[in-house]
Amino acid sequence: MAQEASTTSIVTFLTRLGDDQLVLGHRLSEWCGHAPTLEEDLALANMGLDLIGQARALYTRAGELEGEGRGEDDFAYLRREVDYQNLLLVERPNGDFARTILKQFYFAAFMTPFWQGTSNSSDEALAAIAAKAVKESTYHLRHSAEWVIRLGDGTAESANRMKCAVDDLHAYTDEMFQSDALTKELAGAGVAPEPATIKVQWQASVTEIFDAANLAIPEIAWPQLGGRQGEHTEDMGHLLAELQFMQRAYPGLQW
Amino acid sequence: MTEARTPLWEVFIRPRNGLSHKHVGSVHAADATMALQAARDVYTRRGEGLSVWVVPSAEITASDPADKDALFEPTASKIYRHPTFYEVPDEVENM
Amino acid sequence: MYSQGLIGADGTTDEDEAFLQHFQSRIDAEQKIEPNDAMPEGYRRTLIRQISQHAHSEIVGMLPEGNWISRAPTLRRKAALLAKVQDEGGHGLYLYAAAETLGISREEMTEQLLTGAAKYSSIFNYPTPTWADIGAIGWLVDGAAIMNQIPLCRCSFGPYARAMIRICKEESFHQRQGYEIMLTLCSGTPEQKQLAQDSLDRWWWPSLMMFGPHDSDSTHSDQSMAWKIKRFSNDELRQKFIDATVPQAEFLGIKMPDPDLEWSEKRGSYDHGPIDWDEFWRVVKGGGKCSKDRISDRQAAWDNGAWVREAALAYADKVRARQATAAPTPVAAE
Repeated sequence: MAQEASTTSIVTFLTRLGDDQLVLGHRLSEWCGHAPTLEEDLALANMGLDLIGQARALYTRAGELEGEGRGEDDFAYLRREVDYQNLLLVERPNGDFARTILKQFYFAAFMTPFWQGTSNSSDEALAAIAAKAVKESTYHLRHSAEWVIRLGDGTAESANRMKCAVDDLHAYTDEMFQSDALTKELAGAGVAPEPATIKVQWQASVTEIFDAANLAIPEIAWPQLGGRQGEHTEDMGHLLAELQFMQRAYPGLQW
Repeated sequence: MTEARTPLWEVFIRPRNGLSHKHVGSVHAADATMALQAARDVYTRRGEGLSVWVVPSAEITASDPADKDALFEPTASKIYRHPTFYEVPDEVENM
Repeated sequence: MYSQGLIGADGTTDEDEAFLQHFQSRIDAEQKIEPNDAMPEGYRRTLIRQISQHAHSEIVGMLPEGNWISRAPTLRRKAALLAKVQDEGGHGLYLYAAAETLGISREEMTEQLLTGAAKYSSIFNYPTPTWADIGAIGWLVDGAAIMNQIPLCRCSFGPYARAMIRICKEESFHQRQGYEIMLTLCSGTPEQKQLAQDSLDRWWWPSLMMFGPHDSDSTHSDQSMAWKIKRFSNDELRQKFIDATVPQAEFLGIKMPDPDLEWSEKRGSYDHGPIDWDEFWRVVKGGGKCSKDRISDRQAAWDNGAWVREAALAYADKVRARQATAAPTPVAAE
């Protein structure tokens, strides 16, 4: 019979998941007003709002379980960089549209089956969050995949930009599938799937779309890891400096 | 120099089952798949619909407003097509 | 959001008298004009100018508020602000589409914005240095815009009126969002209340300027009124806005930066002090603190997106070509 997961572990896990959604949602929101077309400006904001909404639900649930009175904003705004456990992939700067859309595709290709698996979670609150999130993520996957195909198989310039994006970002994808004591405990307790078990589906999605986009999947010589332990790239500090600006400049106020 | 135009699409949304699709606006997109996604992202942000159609604007054939009289005036005199044309005694209810 | 300070609309038209009279009689009978209908060239030009200027205002208007999306103080505020700025993009899109029915492309309109040939509401050339500006913009700038936009729902040109109905419906949360931010600041610490006051001080006069020059100095207004593109004069709408807004400021406990502002029993309205029209024209002509930045931001978005738009078109061409080659046997189609 499955071992129950400790409350502390579930809280850590919810926070970790919340961090992924918040940081990517924040990155997407940086596009607002600057996208290649008006239609895409709205699409990027839609995805950003989905992710910020997921982060809010995850943090709120983490705070409730923890029982120490922390709310969504305490998690989002009042932690140190080292306490954020998001994937390095999501904190990478937006760069050009090719990079932004590839980052979205890599992440959504992982999150869609991950949320699918989590929608049967033994933790009912998490199952409900996942059931909503999987619908959002499915659209993110579809939308970003269509762009990957068009940019990969569009003009010489767009193909080159997609290739550069793949070269830059692919090394950050391995981190999605890493196991640690926490993922094992939660998988054992039926709270969430082991990330490693998602890899086959992820690879199938990437292979299918890359084939259509004339893109090659590179070998990863040195996987970039560390986000789950709070070891971030240099971009994270700047992201947090902006994200947390008001809460740090005017501590403890209502807004 | 003006850059190449991205085609225009007309967007139709069915607000809920039982109602027909209704024209809501337009989007620009290079192809049908992207037009459908753009229509979803632009016109269904407040739960406006359950089904979306996109039609290339260039594919729409419209009547000429100058033909308005020839096309639509003749029906004005066919009042016998309307139920109020016929007299039914008050005693005969609900017809 | 939009100001009715339409600059440089030229309503001159040279159709014959019978044509113009027939057109005017349709307008007077409150008939809507649809894109394929015969219309005076001046009517078409005025509308293209006004609708595209309105669309550009929405798009440029994303920038000053967009400045705070990444720094919004709470997740609730962040989501609301992102959704609001996104709405403005959507409204620009609806309006470009309305203008396109008159025979101008979005690409052409964009280029007119970037070269300076087309104007946008000059309120967006002011900076947003503090979070309180997000409150003040929602409250005052969106508030002023609503005054303008509601009558536009009855504009004589069908596509513009329809776009405005959709826009007004969607914008109903924008002003409330701004006022709620102001209210939170004003019921916070003295420092927060000061942020709100400073912001009101900076945005009040520019908000009044959004309604455009005084009626006595407003050229082209009469023709737009006759064509029912515009339904109220600049001064009428400005007065309506002042009368609605002053009590809202009193409720917040902050003061309009106008020593001459006073209730007039006789008029049943507020009297206000003189508007600095030199500043208005300076900002309209490109001398606003952010005028250059706004256009260079839009230029950068346009230039950086060019390869994306080209790629999407190139891919669509390729797919069409592949389908054409595969066409002879229909079963072979995907």
